Amino acid sequence: MRRAQVRRRMNAAPPHQRLTLPDPLPLDSGQVLERVDIAYESYGELAADKGNAILVCHALTGDQYLASTHPITGKPGWWERMVGPGLPIDTDRYHVICANVIGSCMGSTGPASLAPDGRPYGMRFPVITIRDMVRGLVGLLDAMEIGQLHAVVGGSMGGMQALSLAANFPDRAARVLAIATTARHSAQNIAFHEVGRQAIMADPNWREGDYYGEGKAPDAGLAVARMAAHITYLSEEGLTEKFGRRLQAKEDGRPGEKTFGFDADFQVESYLRYQGSGFTRRFDANSYLYITRAMDYFDIAEEHGGKLADAFAGSSARFCLVSFDSDWLYPTAESRHVVHALNAAGAPVSFVELSAPFGHDSFLLDVPALDRVVRGFLDG
Amino acid sequence: MADLRPDLRTILARIEPGSRALDIGCGDGALMAALRDGKRVDARGIEIDGACVERCVAQGLSVVQGDADRDLAFYPDGAFDYAILSQTLQTAARPDHMLAELLRVGRRAFVSFPNFAYWRMRWALMSRGRMPVTRHLPVSWYETANIHHVTVKDFEELAAQLGIAIENRWFFTREREISGPGANWRAEYALFEVSRRA
Repeated sequence: MRRAQVRRRMNAAPPHQRLTLPDPLPLDSGQVLERVDIAYESYGELAADKGNAILVCHALTGDQYLASTHPITGKPGWWERMVGPGLPIDTDRYHVICANVIGSCMGSTGPASLAPDGRPYGMRFPVITIRDMVRGLVGLLDAMEIGQLHAVVGGSMGGMQALSLAANFPDRAARVLAIATTARHSAQNIAFHEVGRQAIMADPNWREGDYYGEGKAPDAGLAVARMAAHITYLSEEGLTEKFGRRLQAKEDGRPGEKTFGFDADFQVESYLRYQGSGFTRRFDANSYLYITRAMDYFDIAEEHGGKLADAFAGSSARFCLVSFDSDWLYPTAESRHVVHALNAAGAPVSFVELSAPFGHDSFLLDVPALDRVVRGFLDG
Repeated sequence: MADLRPDLRTILARIEPGSRALDIGCGDGALMAALRDGKRVDARGIEIDGACVERCVAQGLSVVQGDADRDLAFYPDGAFDYAILSQTLQTAARPDHMLAELLRVGRRAFVSFPNFAYWRMRWALMSRGRMPVTRHLPVSWYETANIHHVTVKDFEELAAQLGIAIENRWFFTREREISGPGANWRAEYALFEVSRRA
């Protein structure tokens, strides 16, 4: 009986491994986060000289469960095909760390965390930036007494963190691997995020962000936000190949047909609805608002006097950028823009546009050329 | 190193240890790897072919996928001790601009190219009246990337016009170095070491 209660409580709040930073965290907004918890997972042994650490940064809706089972969904880690013994990010050689960013909802301090007054922050949580997330990660590295990383690696928003770390903490990483990412959010990127935020804020259950403990969260709005965003992660070619105009089969197995109504007649509709509702079970709507805001504010050049090359002038790291030809969210031109700035700064940089049909999500999927590039860059 | 092409072997021998070099059209990175491993050269590359870039990165080389006609402009003046353009000049949109760019980013440059005045070319054109297809230039005129065919004499003239000093020249036929006299007839391809005229 008692054990069942304990287990139920643990299900409500998964026992994330976490660390409380010793100092308050000053933010770009001018505000200060007084108490900052960073939840993280790590894989592989840390060498005695602490020289083999790789920090992997997660994307918008990712988390620290990089290569281990997700405690809520029970699904494998989000990059298990890349991180593990003998894999391109080889945990037999490297100590791989992945931490939940601040503002998120998997154990690190975010809008669902309790503020000093004992109530959840909600919209009282300060607006954060990608650089603030990186400050949190550097705080974690400091606490672990890891000086220079062997590499910082990330895709999408994780790539933004990798670039931000290189620009703002130039001696903290010897290698910087930024995949399917950008040094600034474009008008189109901001526009899609705004659609998602408005969907959440239009949900009556959002209640100005004060929905914790109400029993009802703005799940409908969050699901729509996820559906809209999910389209941007795929390519038209990929969607056409996967779903085309095919109709969704009935639950009893009969072939699908048009209902002349608004059920999910098409397979693509059914897929998006599934993606949306699944997402609400593991993600907090306010975190979605805060993290998309951080991405929209992201512009490394702006932080460094308007010139991107200046952002990397102090860096001695080796860089590698990878883009995918079917990624229209952060297209190749954005990576090239970063590469040109790194060339101008004299930094050693590699860049390759890989061919893959999966759109932005290619960085998470089966692209053997990416495996070879990641392994070669990290081991070189 | 043994399997490097003769012009690349010559370049490798000429480059100072510990220097900085940019290899434009670096292919699979064979010269860059030899420069890095044999001479501790800080070598960077530009290559248009993605599969080649992938092989370079997998060897730990710093290579950017790009088009030299467009991307060279982003490198600062004098960033390199050497710029290397092997067997690529004849593919440039404007070889004259490309030469100027090489000596903007590099103090010195190595440029190698197939010599269109090689006697087999002349013979093929004269006897058959068609664009030559040879062992060294194996692609038909309509699909070749070599859009600006050039001869040894043409190159020397262009260098003079652009105020570029020719420091050294080497000539090759059938993967062997040959002597200088009559090179515009006898050389299958040529390698020049050039610098900005002081």
